[in-house]
Amino acid sequence: MSKVKRYISPVILPIFFLILWQFFSVKLNNPIVLPSVTEVLVILARPNSSLLSLGSLIRNTLISILRVGIGYILAILLAIPLGMLIGYSRRIEEFLMPFLNLFRPIAPLAWVPLVLAWFGVASLASIFNIEQGGLYSLFNNIKISMLFIIFIGAFFPILTNTIYGVKSVKKTLIDSALTMGARKKDIFIKVLLPASLPSVITGFRVGLGVAWMCLVSAEMLPGSLAGIGYLITHAYTVARTDIVIAGMISISFVGGLFDLMFQKIEVKFFKWQSMDK
Amino acid sequence: MKNVIEIKGVNKLFLTDKKQEVKALKNINLDIKDQEFVCILGPSGSGKSTLLRLMEGLIDPTTGSINVMGSPLTKPIPEAGFVFQEYSLMPWRNIIDNVSFGLELREYSRKDRYKIAEDILTRFGLKEFTKSFPYELSGGMKQRAAIARAMATSPKILYMDEPFGALDAYTRFQMQKDLIEFWLEEKRTIVFVTHSVEEAVFLGTRVIIMSPRPGEIIADYNIGLSYPRDRWNKEFGKKFQTIMDIMNDIS
Ligand SMILES: Nc1ncnc2c1ncn2[C@@H]1O[C@H](COP(=O)(O)OP(=O)(O)OP(=O)(O)O)[C@@H](O)[C@H]1O
Ligand SMILES: [Mg+2]
Repeated sequence: MSKVKRYISPVILPIFFLILWQFFSVKLNNPIVLPSVTEVLVILARPNSSLLSLGSLIRNTLISILRVGIGYILAILLAIPLGMLIGYSRRIEEFLMPFLNLFRPIAPLAWVPLVLAWFGVASLASIFNIEQGGLYSLFNNIKISMLFIIFIGAFFPILTNTIYGVKSVKKTLIDSALTMGARKKDIFIKVLLPASLPSVITGFRVGLGVAWMCLVSAEMLPGSLAGIGYLITHAYTVARTDIVIAGMISISFVGGLFDLMFQKIEVKFFKWQSMDK
Repeated sequence: MKNVIEIKGVNKLFLTDKKQEVKALKNINLDIKDQEFVCILGPSGSGKSTLLRLMEGLIDPTTGSINVMGSPLTKPIPEAGFVFQEYSLMPWRNIIDNVSFGLELREYSRKDRYKIAEDILTRFGLKEFTKSFPYELSGGMKQRAAIARAMATSPKILYMDEPFGALDAYTRFQMQKDLIEFWLEEKRTIVFVTHSVEEAVFLGTRVIIMSPRPGEIIADYNIGLSYPRDRWNKEFGKKFQTIMDIMNDIS
């Protein structure tokens, strides 16, 4: 009985919400303001068919994931070493943090004008000098300006969590490694990194969430011809609210999937952290 | 026999976060010979841990010099092992990977270091727990693993900072006996910090007594009882009383 309850209680509100939505859409009878649940479901049921000649839902979602993935990985590559150094050394912290903190409060979207002035419509294709072929159409879809926005979104959560993780490593763990003959390199790789990993993973999770949220703003930038964010803004201009909502649902779905992935990682690999207090 | 540790005129000042000076150690002079079992005894805050960390090379003296095995100390040396007062196993590594960490740093192959670690763990009664994680072990087992880890690299000198402080009386007695056995067999130099007079008299060839802050050596006492010692022996009682009297005088 309680097991049944556990499965039922999380879906009560969503179902209620769907019923309400359907009710109002029928009552309003204006698909531009509020399309019906069924209209949106029709689009979601055929994720492979092309929408507004912009490609299918799946194709656009994959392109978005690719963009976020690249910007996100760049953020990880910079934020982890930087965060470890800042967390480890008071001197480096005092040198870098006041500077980095100047940028922290700036919402990724606020960068858009500058980013456009700097990078325009330059893409990975122009960086790698690819001018035709299948690789071109893929790489040309990945604009530097988008990567920058996504990078900014992911960078700070990962940085902050890495710093926090390294700072909360117990001094005794470092000292005991030193007594066993660890050098600086060993301290970083064999002590600080694994000890702070749970917190770093939390940073990954939050960072990916923020990066994914920056997506729509990144894909509103000029030169964008694909992606979920583009699909949404374009569908809006032609008053296809059903596609807008289907796009929003895709965003929510993928974001949820990312989160689930990290939840599983946290449970599987970091049992020691919750047990070791 | 020759001195393995020579401490001359060591003072140690700490600067607190509020920039206040704390004088932890005052004019420490101490020579420790090869294969001695030295117990450092003193009230809380008398600088026992500080002295041990200085001998290990984890911190530097404010003034004075420390020589270990013939050369001035600048950082931890491979010939010394350390057991910390606080819990210090790496929680993300299982027991065997914790115990073989020092060997891993010395670039032993996985097979070799596991062999050595397994032998030690068997000796410490932790054979079944080689693949367990620290959180799966009891407090006493964790401490045994930490001692096994310090011994895995066969250090010539073993520093132990209140290693049995958090254990129940029964486990404590057992581990004291095991430690004496190890020391009699392997003939290492051990510097052992404790605040238990009884433990110091049971274990040490020599007992150093520290005063409350700033820590100063106020007595250096040879126990001169043969091993294994018997707590109910009359001689033991006398030594205990003598040291207890010194301790009472200072606090
Ligand atoms: N890193 C530090 N910064 C500031 N003060 C310190 C530091 N380490 C130790 N002290 C001070 O030095 C004094 C001696 O400390 P220490 O830990 O050596 O004492 P102890 O004899 O080991 O005590 P206990 O028996 O409680 O372990 C204390 O007053 C302590 O506050
Ligand atoms: Mg201490």
